[in-house]
Amino acid sequence: MNVHATPMPVTPPATVLKVEGLKKHFGGIKAVDGVSFHVNEGEILGIIGPNGCGKSTLFNCILGQLQPTEGAVELDGEAITGLFPAELNRRGVSRTFQLLQVFPNLTVRENLILAGQEHQGSMMSRLFGPKDAGLSAEAEKMIGFFNLGHLAETKAGGLSYGQQKLLDAAMAFMAGPRLVLLDEPAGGVNLTMLASLKDRLEAINREQGATFVVIEHNMDFVMSLCTRVIVMAEGKVLATGTPAEIRANPAVIEAYLGH
Amino acid sequence: MSRASIFSRIDANLATILIGAAILWFAPAGLKSYGLYVISFWLVMSIAAMGLNLTLGYAGLKSLAQAAFLGIGAYATALITAKGGIAGATWSWPLAFVVSGTLTFLAGVVLGFPALRVKFHYLAFVTLAFATLMFLIFRNEQWLTGGVYGFSNIPRPTLFGAKLNNDLAFFRFVLIVSVLLSLAMWWMLRSPWGRAFQALRENPLRAASLGVNLRNYTLLAFAIGSAYGGLAGALYAPLVEFIDPAPFAVSASFVLLLTVVVGGQGYFLGPFLGAAFSYVLPEVLRFTGGLYLLVYAAMVLILLLISPQGIIGIVEKFRERRRQKDAQDQRDASKAMLGA
Amino acid sequence: MDQFIQLILAGLATGAIYALAAIGFTLVWQTSQTINFAQGEFVMLPAILVLMAVKFLNAPLPVAVLLATGMFLLIFGLGFKTYLVDPMAKHGVLPLAIATMALSILMKEGAKDGFSAEAQQFPSLVPEGVVRLFGATLSLRDIAIFLVAVVAILALQFFVTRTRTGRMMQATAQNPTVAKILGIPTERMILLTFAINAGLAVLASFLISPVYLAKFSNGEVIGTAAFIAAIVGGFNQVRGALVGGFIVGLVDNLAAAYVSSAYRAAVPLALLVLVILFKPEGLLGSKEERTV
Repeated sequence: MNVHATPMPVTPPATVLKVEGLKKHFGGIKAVDGVSFHVNEGEILGIIGPNGCGKSTLFNCILGQLQPTEGAVELDGEAITGLFPAELNRRGVSRTFQLLQVFPNLTVRENLILAGQEHQGSMMSRLFGPKDAGLSAEAEKMIGFFNLGHLAETKAGGLSYGQQKLLDAAMAFMAGPRLVLLDEPAGGVNLTMLASLKDRLEAINREQGATFVVIEHNMDFVMSLCTRVIVMAEGKVLATGTPAEIRANPAVIEAYLGH
Repeated sequence: MSRASIFSRIDANLATILIGAAILWFAPAGLKSYGLYVISFWLVMSIAAMGLNLTLGYAGLKSLAQAAFLGIGAYATALITAKGGIAGATWSWPLAFVVSGTLTFLAGVVLGFPALRVKFHYLAFVTLAFATLMFLIFRNEQWLTGGVYGFSNIPRPTLFGAKLNNDLAFFRFVLIVSVLLSLAMWWMLRSPWGRAFQALRENPLRAASLGVNLRNYTLLAFAIGSAYGGLAGALYAPLVEFIDPAPFAVSASFVLLLTVVVGGQGYFLGPFLGAAFSYVLPEVLRFTGGLYLLVYAAMVLILLLISPQGIIGIVEKFRERRRQKDAQDQRDASKAMLGA
Repeated sequence: MDQFIQLILAGLATGAIYALAAIGFTLVWQTSQTINFAQGEFVMLPAILVLMAVKFLNAPLPVAVLLATGMFLLIFGLGFKTYLVDPMAKHGVLPLAIATMALSILMKEGAKDGFSAEAQQFPSLVPEGVVRLFGATLSLRDIAIFLVAVVAILALQFFVTRTRTGRMMQATAQNPTVAKILGIPTERMILLTFAINAGLAVLASFLISPVYLAKFSNGEVIGTAAFIAAIVGGFNQVRGALVGGFIVGLVDNLAAAYVSSAYRAAVPLALLVLVILFKPEGLLGSKEERTV
C-alpha cells in the first residue's frame, strides 16, 4: 500500500501543528536554534538528522518535557507553548517514547484502557462509572488492529520487545488524538516487526486521517513512511522536502557523510 | 519484579472479603472477650494498613505517618464521644467517624503537596516530621489530649438505640464497618482510579503523557490512604476504651509500614495478612514475655530475606512454579506424543 | 553571651558525632542505595558490646573495647553487607529499607533484653574537667569529642581524595558501572564503605556514650539526627553530611536552650522540612538538570 494513493483534498489542508522560531539553549549550547515548521492535517512528517542535531530536544520542547528558551508552538491555531505533558495529551497530542514505556504490570488491555481513560468523563465518573471507562470496545479494536489479539490478557512486561513497541504505538491512538509524535519507533525492532509497524501506521493514517510527526534514525523507514521530511543539523533546519527531494539534496548528503 | 495485576484477580479478592466476613460473623461464637478483642484489633489495624497500602503499594508514595493519622482519628473520636457525647449518645460516634475521616483526608491533602515537589525518599522524611509533630502534640497539649495520661472510659458506640457494650455486638459492628471500607477500597482499585494509581507508581512520566493528572491522583492516593488511617482510629478508640500517645508514636508508623510490606505491598489482601503478622502474632507470642518484639523483628527479617514481596509473594511464587510446572508437563506430554 | 558561646561549642561537639553517623549513612547510600534505618542503632550498639564484654567475660576495658570493635566490624560491616544488603538489593530500595527497620528493632530489643533496659555508665576516654575560653566554660570532654571526630573526618577525607584506594572507592560511589569498566574492584570497594561505616559508628559510639550514657534506645535520637544531617547537607555528599551534622548539632543545642522542651524535638525536623521544600538537593548539593 502506498500513502500517495490518498486522493488530494481540493481545499488546502488545515495546519495542525505550527512551530515558530523555537530555541532551546543549555547554557552556551544551542541545542535547538530557531526552528520553524508546520504539519498539515493527515500528513506524516519525518524529522531526521545526525546525532546531536537537536531533534530530540525539539521534540521534548514541543511535548512540554522541556521549556523552550524562545519561540512558539501552536496546535490548531492555539498556543500550547510550555504546557505540561498531561494537559497537552488532553488537548489531543499523543506520543510514543524512544525507550520502551509501557506499564509492565498491567495487561495489554489495561495498558490500552489506561491510555484512553483520562479522556473519558470526569474524575467522579471514573470512580463510580464502569471499570473499563467504556473503552473495552475501543481497546478490543486496537488490539485487533495491531495484531495483539492473543496477548490481550498478558502482562505487558511479558511481551517481546517488538510487541511492546506495537503496544506503545497502539496506546498513542487510544484517545483519538489530533496529532501523534513518534520518537524513534523503529529503534531496536526487527525487520518483520518493523514492516508490520509501518503497515499499521500507514493504515491508521489512511483510515482515520491521523497526523504524525516521526523522529527516526532508520532512513529507509522514514523515506518509505513519510510524506514530507525535515532534515536538521546543528539545531537548525537544513532542508525540507519530499523523500525524493531530500535524497537528492547535496547539503543533506554532506551533513550526513561529512566532508 | 513480578507483581500480579490487581485486575486479573480482583474478583477473587471480592470473594475473599465476602466469605471471610461470613466466617468471621459466625466464628467467634465460642470466643471469650479476649479473643474477640484480638480479632477486632486485627480488623482495625487492617483498615489502617489498607490505607497505607493504597498510598505505598499502589501509588508508590512512601509515608511514615500512618500511625499519626490513626491517632488523629482516635483522639477526635475520644473527644467527640466521651462524657455523654457532643451530639448525644446516638449520633456521637457517626459524627466522630465522619470527622475523623474528614480531618485525616484534609491532612493527607496538605501533606501530599510536598509529594508533588520532592522525589522518592524525601517524601518519607516529610511524613516522618509530621508524625513526630503529631506525637508531640498528643503528648504535650494536655488541655486537648490529656497529655501522657490520655483519655480513659471512651464509650462504645450506641446504634439504633442499642449500646454496643456486649463484646460480640461490638465485634460484629467493627466487622461491618471493616467490610464496608474493604468493599469501597476494592471498588476504587478496580475502577479507572486504581489503574491510574498503579500507573503513577510504575511510570509517572509516561502516565502524564497519557493525560493522567499526576497532581490529582497523587493527592487523592495520599488523602484517601490517610483517611483510612483516621477511620481506623474512630474504631480504635472505642475498642481499646483508653488512649494515650504511645501507640501513635513514630515507631508505630514504622510498624504499620512493616505490616504493609510484610503482607505484600500492592496486593489487595496484603494488609490483612500483614496485620495478622504484626498485631495478632504478638498475642500468640505472649509466652515469650518481653522478648516478643525481638522475635517479631527476627521473623520480619527472615521473611523479607525469603520473600521481599511479603507473605503474598510466597503464595505467588508457589503459583508461578506450579504454572511453569504445568506448562513443562504439557510440553513433555506433547513431546512424548510426537515421539510416539 | 557566655551561655551562647557555650551552646555553640557544645553544639559543635554533638554535631561532630552526628556528622560521623551521617557520613557513614551517606557512604552506604552512595555505593549501594541502602537507606539504613538502623544507623542510629549502629551507633548505640558498640558501647553496649563493650559493657557486655566487661560484664560477662570479665574482660579488662582495653580488651573489651578491642573485642567489641572487632565483633561489630565483622557483624555490622561485613555481615550486614553480605547477608542483608546483597540478597535484598536486587528487589529495590523499599524492601531493603524495611529490612533495616526490622534490624533496628532487633538491635534495640537485643540490647535491651540481652543486656539492660537501664542507662549504664560508660567510661570516658578523657579526664573530667573544664577550660575557660572567651569567658565560656567548656568541658574537656566536649573539646575531646570535637577534636577526635574532626581528625577522623579529615583522615577520611584525605583517604578518599588522596589515596588510590580512596579514589577508587569514590569512583565506585559516583558511577559503579563506569568504575567496573575501568577495572576497579567495585565489590571490594563497596565492602570497604560498609567497613568504614561500621568503623565510624564505633567511634561515634565511644565518643557519645560517656555523655549520654549507654542505653538501648540511644539510636532513636542519633539515627534521626543522622538522617536529617545527611539530607540537610545534600544526600550524595560526604562534605554535605559533615556540614549537615554540625548544623543539626547546633540547632539541637540552641533549641534545647531557647525552645520549650516539649517541642524541642520538632525543631531539627522543621529545618529538615524547610530544606526539603526549598532546596531539596541539600545545602551543599548541586541541582540535577531535569532530564527526559
